[in-house]
Amino acid sequence: MNEFFLIAILVLIFLVIFQISKASEYVSILKGEEKARKQNNRINGFLMIAFLIFGLIGVWWCNKLYYPKTLFPQGSASAEGENIDTMLWITIAVTGVVFFITQILLFWFSFKYQESDKRKAFYFTHNNKLELIWTGIPAIVLTVLVVFGLKYWFKFTSDAPKESQLIEITGHQFGWEIRYPGRDRLLGRKNFKLTDPAQNNPLGVDWADVASHDDLHVATTMHVVVNKPVKLVINSQDVIHDVGLPHFRMKMDAVPGTPTTLWFTPIYTTAQMKIRTNNPDFTYEISCDQMCGRGHYTMRGIIVVESQQEFDGWMATLKPEYYKAFPALDPNRIPSKDTTSKTVAQAVAAKK
Amino acid sequence: MNNEEVLHGQPLVVHDLGHAAHEHHHKETFITKYIFSQDHKMISRQFLITGMIWAFIGGLFSVIFRLQLGYPNQTFPFLEDFLGHWAKGGKLDPEFYYSLVTMHGTILVFFVLTAGLSGTFANFLIPLQVGARDMASPFLNMLSYWFFFSASIVMMASLFVQTGPASGGWTIYPPLSALGEASEGSKIGMDLWLVSMALFIVSQLLAGLNYISTILNMRTKGMSMTRLPLTIWALFFTAVLGVLSFPVLLSGAILLLFDRNLGTSFFLSDIVIGGKILPNEGGSPILFQHLFWFLGHPEVYIILLPAMGIASEVLATNARKPIFGYMAMVGSLFAIASLSFLVWAHHMFVTGLNPFLGSFFVLLTLLIAVPSAIKVFNWLTTLWKANIRFTPGMLFSIGFVSLFISGGLTGIFLGNSALDIHLHDTYFVVAHFHIVMGVASMFGMFAGIYHWFPKMFGRYLNNTMAYIHFWVTIAGAYAIFWPLHYAGLAGMPRRYYDVSNWESFKMFDGLNEFISVVALIVFATQLLFVFNFAYSIFKGRKVTTQNPWGSNSMEWTTPIRPGHGNWPGEIPEVHRWAYDYGKDGRDFIPQIEPVGESESKH
Repeated sequence: MNEFFLIAILVLIFLVIFQISKASEYVSILKGEEKARKQNNRINGFLMIAFLIFGLIGVWWCNKLYYPKTLFPQGSASAEGENIDTMLWITIAVTGVVFFITQILLFWFSFKYQESDKRKAFYFTHNNKLELIWTGIPAIVLTVLVVFGLKYWFKFTSDAPKESQLIEITGHQFGWEIRYPGRDRLLGRKNFKLTDPAQNNPLGVDWADVASHDDLHVATTMHVVVNKPVKLVINSQDVIHDVGLPHFRMKMDAVPGTPTTLWFTPIYTTAQMKIRTNNPDFTYEISCDQMCGRGHYTMRGIIVVESQQEFDGWMATLKPEYYKAFPALDPNRIPSKDTTSKTVAQAVAAKK
Repeated sequence: MNNEEVLHGQPLVVHDLGHAAHEHHHKETFITKYIFSQDHKMISRQFLITGMIWAFIGGLFSVIFRLQLGYPNQTFPFLEDFLGHWAKGGKLDPEFYYSLVTMHGTILVFFVLTAGLSGTFANFLIPLQVGARDMASPFLNMLSYWFFFSASIVMMASLFVQTGPASGGWTIYPPLSALGEASEGSKIGMDLWLVSMALFIVSQLLAGLNYISTILNMRTKGMSMTRLPLTIWALFFTAVLGVLSFPVLLSGAILLLFDRNLGTSFFLSDIVIGGKILPNEGGSPILFQHLFWFLGHPEVYIILLPAMGIASEVLATNARKPIFGYMAMVGSLFAIASLSFLVWAHHMFVTGLNPFLGSFFVLLTLLIAVPSAIKVFNWLTTLWKANIRFTPGMLFSIGFVSLFISGGLTGIFLGNSALDIHLHDTYFVVAHFHIVMGVASMFGMFAGIYHWFPKMFGRYLNNTMAYIHFWVTIAGAYAIFWPLHYAGLAGMPRRYYDVSNWESFKMFDGLNEFISVVALIVFATQLLFVFNFAYSIFKGRKVTTQNPWGSNSMEWTTPIRPGHGNWPGEIPEVHRWAYDYGKDGRDFIPQIEPVGESESKH
């Protein structure tokens, strides 16, 4: 019923606007078209300056409402992200100045130079000096931005520091699998043809590689140590996904068949961030940032940043994946909680 | 062929007979006049109206998915009436949400802002403004529209298949788009999408070759390249971009069709999907992205350049002042067109691209800001000390400049790879390209429609409705897209059906509701425009003077309703550039007027 009312009201508004528009056309013909045109010109000239003023107020108001919701007030949660924030501020400052100058000139000129019988337009075809100035200045400013940008770009994309914690993250429709190397600090080889969730090998680990025997596999939640660089090796099993880490200002695609990497240094634990953001529910989230199918928006992972001690405690509760695939080989066969299988991950995603 | 030969379809032996032959040419039936017309003006109207129908569909899709984004917890039973199993119980199915998003992008980018914009104005303006009877090949021109029409039919058909239209995003990245197991939309809907695009590309190539040869070969006497109006320069570069880049997308589309249907592995490798291990090895999904964006980035300028040309022309005409820095405007168009081929990988900074290679793309991308800045400052200087008439076309041109500035500046963020790491695929990108490419080009298109409607249909559009259309649309466009930058700075990913389960993004639900309401109002205002358009074709105020805007360019020297062939007698000769406004105390001096002896030089 509501919808019909809405449509009826819409149609009515249309009719009213149409009638007014028609009437104003007749009036302008009666009044003399030239006179009506000049009157319209003044109205639109006034609206130009009004739009500028209300627009600027709108910009200020929007900033007031939404700036607190951006990630700036809480700051970056990674050391590298702080560089990105610095760059963002520089870029905002530069583009902001250009934005305000050009928009104000545009609408102010439109208002000031609206048609008037008293003025003749100035025949001004070109001026090489002016054109050189506004070619040169943007070129110089952009060079500065490029230099800054590339400096950080090469820093972020260079090799991760040697002491980094190595973690593998694999995306699939619609969840994340996380694999840690064991004591040998090496991840076992994988081959997608060996994938067999029924045999407790959802990631296709090649058990023939002994490096795989102490690797640990968990779903969805990644634990990392504060102030220690983390190097992610990123895989995908099916379509392209993307490991998006907004709080750390990092992002990298997960491409099937081509492993990618990303590294960052978390500087606040999850507990510290709860205080910094004044939000007791705060969690670091991994968002899939590359369209991957119907469950794209549910493809959520979690990162827990904690102290080395807490991390070690958590690691101690895990059992190598190898022993899940071959329970008979497990030297200490204590039944432990199994949270790794893909089905669990999907169940978690489905519940959301 | 020369101008007269084009019109009569066969070479004329004696050139002087051209005019006589013209007289007995008008035995046209309804079908040759309105359907299989070879008159560039009719073909342009066909492109325009088809484009507007697509714009309505594409816009309506955005309204439907904005309902989901604005009200994620509400149901809309009427949606089920229209969409059936795609909206069970009045709630959009996520799969169909993604189909809507995909189709919205595809339709607006290709069918509206490529075919609808340059199809309309290149066809209409090139012969009229360079002084030609018709296109170099009117027949190929007609074919170009009918290929576009068949592409439209195939795309339209894909909306009605059981598994739904393509749903992998308008960029159709494989493997998502290659594997039917990955999503419903990647079944038959995706094949139809690819076939439709292949037809569309054929249409664009036929059209582009025609535009280029017409501009290069069929200019009237005295119309040197440097006397061309900027619209023609812009449409020329647009056509060159299309001809060089669309074939690359065609190859990508064909290879993807092979991967989907013939078991090849161009884009597929190491895939386990739905528990099934696929045999494909050795392909690279990233290869597709290179092929796609090699078209995809020039495509952005295929959309934007015609709008720039139209805005330049309309601004100068209604400022009653020459366009400032004509040669710099042409040069910057050339620079933008050339650079647009060298920046495609800036869409791929986070795909694992070689960082060293990436650095070149950063440099070249930010370099585009220089010619863009030149254009903006030249437009501003054109307005300085002008005598502005706010015709609806002028308002939309000023709006275009404003939006181009706002959207262009955020490009500096995204082109800088280090910042792109954070902003890539967030709402910041959505805000950026909607403002600079979507709404700005739409404004260019509106400016063109309002400015040349009198020439196209011999009647005026209603001004009051036009003013309402402009002011609501520009205010609405900013209200919709400006706040999205903030969501993007918070890292909110695009293409999320619902953010309410995300601790990091759920605070933007209120904003989403506001945006949906504004989007609805803006959409309704576009309907007002469509109504004004349809009504004015038949009932608008009649044009009574040959040159209603006091414009210099050639199209206003034709009769009010020009027949096929445009000029009844000989095509006039051109003696000057198109921007002698306010020279020597005269309001305007048409291009066809010989240079007077005492006239000042510039």
